[in-house]
Amino acid sequence: MKPFDYARAASPPEAVAAVAGNPAAAFLAGGTNLVDHMKLGIAAPEQLVDISHLPLDKIEGTDDGGLRLGATVPNSDLAAHPLVRQRYPVLSQALLSGASGQLRNAATTGGNLLQRTRCIYFQDVTTPCNKRNPGSGCSALEGYTRYHAILGASMDCVAVHPSDMAVAMAALNARVEILGPSGDRSVGLHSFHRLPQDQPQRDTVLEHGELITAVVLPPLPEGTRSAYRKVRDRASYAFALVSVAAVLRLEEPTETDDGDGPASPPKIAEVRLALGGVAHKPWRATFAEEALRGQPATEEKFRRAIDAELQHAVPLPDNAFKVTMVRNTVVSVLRELCGVDQSSGGAGTPASGGEDRP
Amino acid sequence: MQISMSVNGNEVTRDIEPRVLLVHFIREELGLTGTHWGCDTSNCGTCVVLMDGQPVKSCTVLAAMADGHEIRTVEGLASNGALDPVQQGFMEEHGLQCGFCTPGMMLTARALLDKNPHPDDGEIRQAISGQICRCTGYATIVRSVQWAANHPVGSAATGDAADPSEAEEVTA
Amino acid sequence: MRVQQPAATGLDLERVDGRAKVLGLAPYAYEHPAENPTYLYPVQSTIARGRITAIDTAAAETMDGVVAVLTHLNAPRLADAADKELAVLQSDEVGFRGQFVAAVVADSPEAAREAAARVRVQYHQEPHHAALRADHEDLYKPEQINAGLETDTQAGDPDAALASAAVVVDRTYTTPAEHNNPMEPHTTVAQWEGDRLLVFDSTQAVHNARKTLAPLFDVEVEQIRVVAPHVGGGFGSKGLPHAHVVLTALAAKVTGGRPVKYALTRQQMFFLAGYRTPTIQRLQLGASPDGRISVLTHDVVEQTSAIKEFAEQTAGISRMMYSADHRRTTHRLASLDVPVPSWMRAPGECPGSFGLEVAMDELAEACGIDPIELRVRNEPAIDPETGKPFASRHLLACLREGARRFGWERRNAQPGTVLVDGWRTGIGVAASTYPARRQPANTARIRFTADGFYEVQIGAVDLGTGAWTALTQIAAEALECGPEQVRLQIGDTDLPVATVAGGSSGTASWGSAIIGAAQMFRKEHGGFPSAGDTSEGDGERNPAGKNYALHSFGAQFAEVQVHADTGEIRVSRMLGVYSAGRIINPRTARSQFLGGMTMGIGMALHEQSVMDERFGMIVNHDFADYHVPSNADIRQLEAFWLEEVDEHAGPLGARGIGEIGIVGAAAAVANAAYNATGIRVRDLPLTADKFLT
Repeated sequence: MKPFDYARAASPPEAVAAVAGNPAAAFLAGGTNLVDHMKLGIAAPEQLVDISHLPLDKIEGTDDGGLRLGATVPNSDLAAHPLVRQRYPVLSQALLSGASGQLRNAATTGGNLLQRTRCIYFQDVTTPCNKRNPGSGCSALEGYTRYHAILGASMDCVAVHPSDMAVAMAALNARVEILGPSGDRSVGLHSFHRLPQDQPQRDTVLEHGELITAVVLPPLPEGTRSAYRKVRDRASYAFALVSVAAVLRLEEPTETDDGDGPASPPKIAEVRLALGGVAHKPWRATFAEEALRGQPATEEKFRRAIDAELQHAVPLPDNAFKVTMVRNTVVSVLRELCGVDQSSGGAGTPASGGEDRP
Repeated sequence: MQISMSVNGNEVTRDIEPRVLLVHFIREELGLTGTHWGCDTSNCGTCVVLMDGQPVKSCTVLAAMADGHEIRTVEGLASNGALDPVQQGFMEEHGLQCGFCTPGMMLTARALLDKNPHPDDGEIRQAISGQICRCTGYATIVRSVQWAANHPVGSAATGDAADPSEAEEVTA
Repeated sequence: MRVQQPAATGLDLERVDGRAKVLGLAPYAYEHPAENPTYLYPVQSTIARGRITAIDTAAAETMDGVVAVLTHLNAPRLADAADKELAVLQSDEVGFRGQFVAAVVADSPEAAREAAARVRVQYHQEPHHAALRADHEDLYKPEQINAGLETDTQAGDPDAALASAAVVVDRTYTTPAEHNNPMEPHTTVAQWEGDRLLVFDSTQAVHNARKTLAPLFDVEVEQIRVVAPHVGGGFGSKGLPHAHVVLTALAAKVTGGRPVKYALTRQQMFFLAGYRTPTIQRLQLGASPDGRISVLTHDVVEQTSAIKEFAEQTAGISRMMYSADHRRTTHRLASLDVPVPSWMRAPGECPGSFGLEVAMDELAEACGIDPIELRVRNEPAIDPETGKPFASRHLLACLREGARRFGWERRNAQPGTVLVDGWRTGIGVAASTYPARRQPANTARIRFTADGFYEVQIGAVDLGTGAWTALTQIAAEALECGPEQVRLQIGDTDLPVATVAGGSSGTASWGSAIIGAAQMFRKEHGGFPSAGDTSEGDGERNPAGKNYALHSFGAQFAEVQVHADTGEIRVSRMLGVYSAGRIINPRTARSQFLGGMTMGIGMALHEQSVMDERFGMIVNHDFADYHVPSNADIRQLEAFWLEEVDEHAGPLGARGIGEIGIVGAAAAVANAAYNATGIRVRDLPLTADKFLT
């Protein structure tokens, strides 16, 4: 690690000023990603501005019935918070499926959003990587791509964003509150992370010196259900191969049954689907959402809807399986959330994000 | 820079470089070598210590970040020569082989039991996921933590061979 | 089989080293006090093959705290550079990516690491080959394979027998490279005092380590002391000294007598500490319709490093496991520009059992008979390889006992038919075996102390297996005293010579020497010794090896769940029954079995070191990307053993237990996965994508 200066900021504006005034400065909160990167030579800031002691660690209700999550709230506290568990189970489940307890105790809301890809080439400074070293080339493109993107990638970068939390937040239409040198702004979570295009070195729309102060979750209408499901190579403590965050509301069909035929399935009044492990950002499956909205909740509709999304997939040699895996996992989660019996294959599996599923 | 922290109840103050990791500070500077260093990239958990009572991976915490905080390491588990029930449990139930992951496992177990004195096996497994043991197969670690839960500090039984769990086969 | 009588051995004695370990006071290699230490951090090659053309060390050398920067241009010369793995910094040649090409020694670990990052190396790169393929153009036949075994064997006329067999299974199975990954990284602390070298090393064999080092540094073995009282696992990777031991001792030559400390990072371990070679195994089984095997061939292609040969004895298991009149085993190596493969838990038997035992499952299905019954029908009366009787072969007893305990009768022979809560569920079985080896060249010394203890000394090593405890028990039994009266000393070359903690041979080999010493002690000093009375005794090669085939056996049972939607796979239950001779300590033994099975689950589901051929680089070189089982992956595990004493296994009657737990485990899981899904996966690991439908 290159020597650097370390200072604790006394207030958010002071922190912003300190980082904004030095192109080689960086914010430090839980450190779970940045400190590793400094050890590996991926990051070499000359000054660290520790924000972990700032009063950004509250979880508060908003006037409209949503929640404001402070940027330095530890992931473990956020997952365990009663209001989060009660109103936004998808978020709690996503958090608990990420990393491990020891890391969640240190990792923060803001830091989790800003964690960088686990692409193994990005993390090894001896290989070319456009994200780490713009213009040097993408080693993954023709390399080992099991964990790489199938949606929204470019020839310059096929990395995926590793966060589980952010996937849930994308499905919750969260907004990111940002303090910068010239004032506040707020960005929708979905627009916060970027696609790689020809600038994979930029993960998000944050400018240097801008500080995440909170993430705001809008309220969910009564009757909304949500779930997070993560598929990974190990039962616990592994990044997602694919993950699915689903938030939806059903309404009973308007025409009443005559009592003889089979009951009509409920209709999907509102649905938001976000996918993890498939793109450079949490991927809102908007084509699938559109295909589902107002439709009866049947497995057939689920399948067609996700296929509408996946027709845009461009898998790589090692990860073609992700197309099937996304399709099956989305159908599985929707089936569970909508209480639909499976037509074939798996039964209604619990769409829980707990770490200890059998 | 100068930092001060409480380590196992003792105030320590040292001048350090900001780049010193907490794990190296504890091992090299304080000479408390029971905290191990096993992967360098926060994946293995042998470096787990308690920071303000919470398990954290000390290879991914700068010593500077711990300034003003309370640190507890494996050397701070026993008090006045009496083993913590968790330590006793790891001996009774053979929760260790090579012993390299053991300090981190025990500290996470201690934090778990402080919060949840009677965890079920699933909660124990969840708590120590993120810490790798390559020797035991984990079953005896789970049993060790259960042993500690069943023998809290102040209870009469310590290492009682009549523990009914002794008779069972090893399962987790 | 006899039920052993309770004595000091067989007791469920608590670990002798347990207290020190739970207190955090057990010193591993890095933890030994070192006066005014220096710290080493290496520079690794970024090409797979070629030559170093220039090294710029100026920026590193001028950094604060840097003591020395070593390269092939300035490093002290080794007296013997024949072993190219160990000949560090002796030439400009690069043989694999990740090889040491320079090293910084500094006053702090931080300074060493930072300085190493500033060393600039230029190369002349040459074309390299790093991927193992069955049709590799330069496959060659090694002179012999690991453990000194014959490279190829043949009996009868296998090709003709295959042509005429009623039922033939002809399949190819692959196992990937895997890394041992003990929790304690490979670590060396070295210090020269004049011409004497002191090494604290994370090793499975202190005496072997110094025997290897002595000629490199042109000193007598007595001038080197290697100390390793506690080792944080090894699983074979610490059995032979690797390059870092030499590098650290070399660096200690330029520090003016200051100790040099070096612990590999986890990432470095993927290039420098050995690994299990990947294998490509073609199995051909020919049988009668009722499953009697007439022909068995096992042809293996695997890799070695171009700089040093290692030939895994993968097909060895097929020479002795089942009866077949016609038989062939072969091993061919691809010499690649890759890190040097070496021992990993049960080399040979472990990967070989995956091919053989999955093929047996396929044969059982082809013949329409139960997999256990298939093994019953092919149980040999004598060792098919040597023609000798087995000293003890209780494979069928293990299978039957396991079947009873596991509930084998509930298996649905039709695959893919059991669905439980969305998970396709099945069970499978595989057989296990491991040779019983006893190493000669072990000596133990026993001294009676003034305060009435027996000091038992042997230069053995406890890499976590429980040697501290088991050897204490063996000594107590041999001396007919209580374990508390024994003071064991191990892990130091100042103690009498001992062989490696490996090959499941440690306890039996060292134990024989301790028993020999105890007998000598009683003979020389009687039952009432005086302070200072001392005797030595030696172990010996097992004479029964001349007349008997000595192997342990076991049966592995697994229950597997595969998610019907996502393909996720879990081992919900695993049970092993072993016949390994006498069990010295049930507590440490059970843990060894369970640990082996767990590593077998890792092999089945997770473990693979992925080679990026373009770079010659193992890409998933950390614990985030190389998955070993986490706690959540291990559900219900049970290990049992047959109570027996093998009278042909030497004075202890024990055959060793460190490796048999992993043998066959991956095959049992794969066979269970097939039973669950109807999908036969022949390429490890069994990842979710392979079960997606």
